[in-house]
Amino acid sequence: MPLTIKVPYTRYLAPDGQLQSSLPAWADDPDLLCRLYKQMRLTRLFDQKAIALQRTGRIGTYASTLGQEAIGVVIGELMHGDDVLVPYYRDTAAQLRRGVKMEEILLYWGGDERGCAFVDPAVAQDFPPCVPIATQALHACGVASAFKIRGEHRVAVTTCGDGATSKGDFLEALNVAGAWQLPVVFVVNNNQWAISVPRKLQCAAPTLAQKAAGAGIAGEQVDGNDVFAVYDRLQEALERARRGKGPTLLECMSYRLSDHTTADDASRYRGEDEVKQAWAEEPLKRLQNFLVEHRLWDEQREQDWLAEAQKRVQAAVEAYETSVPQQPGDALDYVYAQWPAAKADQRAMWLERVSRGNGEG
Amino acid sequence: MGEKYSKVTLLEAVNLAMKRAMREDDNVIVLGEDVGANGGVFRATLGLREEFGFKRVLDTPLAETMIGGLSVGMAAQGLKPVAEIQFLGFIYAAMEHLVSHAARLRNRTRGRLSCPMVIRSPMGAGIRAPEHHGEAVEAMFAHIPGVRVVIPSSPARAYGLLLAAIDDPDPVIFLEPTRLYRMNPQPLEDHGQRLPLDTCFTLREGSDLTLISWGASVHESLQAAAQLEEHGVSVEVIDVACVSPIDMDTLEASVRKTGRCVIVHEAPRSCAVGAEIATSLYERLWLDLQAPIQRVTAPDIPPPLFRMEQHYLPQVADILQACDDALNYA
Repeated sequence: MPLTIKVPYTRYLAPDGQLQSSLPAWADDPDLLCRLYKQMRLTRLFDQKAIALQRTGRIGTYASTLGQEAIGVVIGELMHGDDVLVPYYRDTAAQLRRGVKMEEILLYWGGDERGCAFVDPAVAQDFPPCVPIATQALHACGVASAFKIRGEHRVAVTTCGDGATSKGDFLEALNVAGAWQLPVVFVVNNNQWAISVPRKLQCAAPTLAQKAAGAGIAGEQVDGNDVFAVYDRLQEALERARRGKGPTLLECMSYRLSDHTTADDASRYRGEDEVKQAWAEEPLKRLQNFLVEHRLWDEQREQDWLAEAQKRVQAAVEAYETSVPQQPGDALDYVYAQWPAAKADQRAMWLERVSRGNGEG
Repeated sequence: MGEKYSKVTLLEAVNLAMKRAMREDDNVIVLGEDVGANGGVFRATLGLREEFGFKRVLDTPLAETMIGGLSVGMAAQGLKPVAEIQFLGFIYAAMEHLVSHAARLRNRTRGRLSCPMVIRSPMGAGIRAPEHHGEAVEAMFAHIPGVRVVIPSSPARAYGLLLAAIDDPDPVIFLEPTRLYRMNPQPLEDHGQRLPLDTCFTLREGSDLTLISWGASVHESLQAAAQLEEHGVSVEVIDVACVSPIDMDTLEASVRKTGRCVIVHEAPRSCAVGAEIATSLYERLWLDLQAPIQRVTAPDIPPPLFRMEQHYLPQVADILQACDDALNYA
């Protein structure tokens, strides 16, 4: 018989926007709720624009965050300024809320390393999006180790998808986080699909959160499309970590409404019915229904905010498209603190190659 | 001025360098398997836990991938992790973190974050150790842009190069030849002086032939040079020491002078650091060569279990034969 582990699951808001149970006290804050909604709306608008830019050849491959805005926005909202985010590649929502600029995100996916230079001091120590699956979980443990060694009350937050939980890096990260009681929170964005492989083929365990048990750390599930549930449980996990009471694995149940990336076609491997059902449970509309019903939001405010959000996104696109090109030497100047004298000939070769205009025209 | 020791092994020199670095800079952290209470399986970290405590000398869970990834995160936060991989044959699990993260974080963030970390690991065969404990795979690391690869071959160089590696703002792979760990102790002063990470070390000057080596094979190369001298052949011996980036200028100047070159390393031949050095020498001075460059290496086989390891490692006789071929080339 498989070992059974009881994993708590939290949901306040049903898919239709109706409350399933009474809200915790922190939720009695209309400004906060509207701020979360507005940020989710802005994120979705930006995400749609990024896809449009890819379709018209103005950025490269892009990994959409569609349907997962609640998770990322709440992460960004709850983290302290001096905490460190160690994200994966589907974290536009968290990055934007943390302070990464839209034009930086476009630069990154548009093939320019300056997109991860992050000019805003608020994100100066955040990691760039991590592409090699689950490796970032260990970097977050290293960051958290530094906090702990220095006696700082800071938290490292790392994110990944459901597929990443199959990797050794993820399990080694949970293990060391538990052994050393590191101030780190692992947020698993369980969007049900790792490119074409569904959640059930990823792991026989009924939940991913129960992997926490093997590492001796806290683990739980939330409805990742319910902003209240994500906020409530992440807030507690962050506080626990900050007080030195240990790490948490938070599995957020969501759905990848988009293709894996713009280079993918999800219709090859999943049915329309499933996606249709997922649209009925998505986080943005769910929160909007709640806010409208409680007279915290209305059509006028929606239109006003959409106009403002459009303006911000457009300004970012213009900043992206008018950014000055990198200098040819930039490709070498950051490989080492100082380009080694022993490789001076390679620098000359590179600059000559670029000046020849290889690949252009 | 530092304490003067009359006899220090390479292993003790590594230990002295770590102690000094940790005294000089609170950001220096030592981590790895068995490095704390046990002082390392070779005792390289002996006494560090006692002097610097649990927070700076970390016994990690037994997971090499984790050691690599953890070091990246610590270094990005401004610590200077000095991580030990217990044997080089176990480092492959950490390769993704070295290649895709440690070596690239500075470039990926345009200098915003960096990885000032050192991975130390015993390398090489010759101590009758078990399977997977005798690897010499420095070429794998030398192929990674963004890291430095350093291999000391004497106590003094181990001391000065490790201090420099810990200072260095970029990741450094520091490989310690196990065969030399306790061989041939030397006087050493714990003065804190760093050695440069971008120059070769000319151990012996000569005019007829250049012997280029690094790691444990430097010793057989020196012995071969001494024997040749008895026969009137003047051999220059160079310890490359930093196999990435390589100080080709020093190597070029020497071979331009002697016209003959033998490269000695214990790693398998194909795509090894010796191949890179030979190619660069041909590019720079093929018209000045009096003979084709000779290589004395292991064949392209896995390191054999220890009954055959003396055949796997380049012996003095093998080096003499290659020198003979170079000297007598028509």
